[in-house]
Amino acid sequence: MIRVIFILLFMSSSAWAVEPDEILPNTAQELRAREISKELRCLVCRNENIDSSNAGIAKDLRLLVRDRIIAGDDNKEVIGFITDRYGEYVLLNPRVSLSNLILWASGPLFLLLGALLSSWFIRSKKNIHPKALTEDERTRLSNLMDN
Amino acid sequence: MLAEIGHLAVIVAFMVAIIQSVVPMIGAAKGYSGWMDAAAPAAVVQFLAVLLAFIMLTIAFVTSDFSVKLVASNSHSLKPMLYKVSGVWGNHEGSMLLWILILAFYGALVSIFGKRLPLVLKARVLSVQAMIGVAFLAFLLFTSNPFERLIFPPIDGNDLNPLLQDPGLAFHPPFLYLGYVGLSMTFSFAVAALIQGSVDAAWARWVRPWALLAWITLTIGIALGSWWAYYELGWGGWWFWDPVENASFMPWLIAVALLHSAIVVEKRETLKSWTVLLAILGFSFSLIGTFIVRSGVITSVHAFANDPERGVFILVILVIAIGGALTLYAMRANSFRSNVVFSPVSRESGLILNNLLLVVSTIVVFVGTIWPLLAELVMGRKLSVGAPFFELAFTPFMIILALALPVGAILPWKRAQLSRSGKPLFGAIILSITLGLLVWSLQTGGRMMAPIGLGLAGWVILGTLTDLIVRTRMLQLGFIAGLIRLCKLPRADWGKAFAHIGLGLTIFGIAAITAWESEDIRIAKVGERFEVSGYTFQFDDIKKINGKNYTADVGNISVFFDGRLVATLKPEKRFYPVQRMPTTEAGINSTLTRDLYIALGDAQGDGWTIRTYVKPFAVWIWIGCMVMAMGGILSMSDRRLRIASTSRLKSLS
Repeated sequence: MIRVIFILLFMSSSAWAVEPDEILPNTAQELRAREISKELRCLVCRNENIDSSNAGIAKDLRLLVRDRIIAGDDNKEVIGFITDRYGEYVLLNPRVSLSNLILWASGPLFLLLGALLSSWFIRSKKNIHPKALTEDERTRLSNLMDN
Repeated sequence: MLAEIGHLAVIVAFMVAIIQSVVPMIGAAKGYSGWMDAAAPAAVVQFLAVLLAFIMLTIAFVTSDFSVKLVASNSHSLKPMLYKVSGVWGNHEGSMLLWILILAFYGALVSIFGKRLPLVLKARVLSVQAMIGVAFLAFLLFTSNPFERLIFPPIDGNDLNPLLQDPGLAFHPPFLYLGYVGLSMTFSFAVAALIQGSVDAAWARWVRPWALLAWITLTIGIALGSWWAYYELGWGGWWFWDPVENASFMPWLIAVALLHSAIVVEKRETLKSWTVLLAILGFSFSLIGTFIVRSGVITSVHAFANDPERGVFILVILVIAIGGALTLYAMRANSFRSNVVFSPVSRESGLILNNLLLVVSTIVVFVGTIWPLLAELVMGRKLSVGAPFFELAFTPFMIILALALPVGAILPWKRAQLSRSGKPLFGAIILSITLGLLVWSLQTGGRMMAPIGLGLAGWVILGTLTDLIVRTRMLQLGFIAGLIRLCKLPRADWGKAFAHIGLGLTIFGIAAITAWESEDIRIAKVGERFEVSGYTFQFDDIKKINGKNYTADVGNISVFFDGRLVATLKPEKRFYPVQRMPTTEAGINSTLTRDLYIALGDAQGDGWTIRTYVKPFAVWIWIGCMVMAMGGILSMSDRRLRIASTSRLKSLS
């Protein structure tokens, strides 16, 4: 009996990512909503976007995103609207800003640095003139050749 | 009683590991051969002790001994046998014991199969390996004892997290640990080389099989994990850029770089100090991964139970191991200079580019993974870094890598002319560009992902095939003669071809699934028919069934194409009463050209929420991974590696 109650509790509380009744009739708008949803974090989840999350707050955010789209916001405005209310924590794609400079620049910077270092290394390899054999090595070599 | 034997065995292993880390190292420094000889038997004893502990824990799980706390909180008497066994490592303490078991196992392998390894090198390698063992055995004994008893054992256990009760996940951790810990071996070899101050081709030939083994098992482990996510999480995602996934991906990327640079050391005796650095970095990322998974500093979908004390302990191990190795490296790396000459256009340069791209992309993943932590610690800001960032910041490096791969792979060593060596690739260039353009013109609107991805995949695969044709001189000698030469190619060359083609196939799968997936979400009643992307789905019925330790709703959906029945899908929605947790088991029908994928949602009125996907060529993502792993296995079985690791090593001592 207790088991059944638990099952019922779960059934009623578990939502299911995007649900059929959320979907907008206008396909283009719905596609935009999906695209935006993938950029937004479900606040109570661990690293899940609101598009695939089952949490209640994710559903609320999905509906909010769709409301804003219907109200005529473009994608940027929708994301701005949500960020204003929930903070930058909600952004899965962090802003390109001065404070996130290291995050965004690390790839290109290290690539540049690495490219400089490796081209220096490769150049240095081009110009090595093999050292002449020492006397010792020369005798060993001639011994080998004789055998 | 058995649990106490297990606990005692861990203590014995801990003591032996202390002896194994100190005695041979002193012996190697002073030249006492007796002290050095102690390393090999100690490694075997340490392994046997850990094995005994592991067996004891497994027995406790299999017999559902709920007086052991770990069993009580992670198992259940009704659980299927497979998951009773996999439950041993489906938790923090048990998985740590598995980690240590593999560590000791590798040490024992070196001591048994390393008979020809110079005594001094072997003593130092086993000593370093034992130091890692000491650190983690201490971690296990003092913070995570798996053999803890309960004074009042419960009547039944708490069960394993239902998400982990899955064949894919049963084998996912062992493979990952084989990989993580495999990198400890290359780390030990690197540190030993730094202590003795020399690296040569024979050293590289000892390191390469370990790097290969680590990479193969990581590849399989990561592929299993991603496949599991694909069918278990209910919407067919296969990679999430989750911190824990990144934790396994970073060592994988470094292992790829290490594999390639070790080839340069082996064949050309240059890039020595860089290769040693990569060997250190590889294991460092394994340790960082362990820290990320077990400390809880970074929130993730699948972190273990988190405990600050454990986090600090691992952080200390991490700092000592990485800091110590890098300090040693800074002191000694200069002694690895070589006077080898090669021109800017050569295989060497190609492999340097490969290493550059792989290491920089690892840095991008690393910075992205720890950025939320840094931002909070340093600037007090809470922010997220998720999939959209990684897709943007990481993918370009992989595109450049894939573009450069066939060219670098076809260049000869030492000195090459791009115009001459690259000439045979013209066919591949034209064909893959045509392929990209064709895809672009055929698709209506949509994303650039498909044409670019397919063009790249074609380029990597065709370029690799071209390399084989050139190597066998099939065009000059005729098809039959070429075929004979093809069969006689060394296994390592086959390994290279397989691994590169596997990469191409995975790129193909990723591009196709990202660009061409179609999705349908609806409430369907029993008997209803609907169409998705040319396929007709018919919701036949839905039944309640009772599994061994769960109940489930199982849908029955027939799929028709052109009026013909092509598949019957049975998506499940399970409920595990002990943990009170629902899970989804997607109904999937795979062929080489498409996956039909259905996930069952909740009942809504008199219908059910049904999510239907048609995913073109999805299965190629994992086929590609397996082909890559196959390449690694072929490469490892190359005679030259085995012979080298025995006879030519004498030059090292």
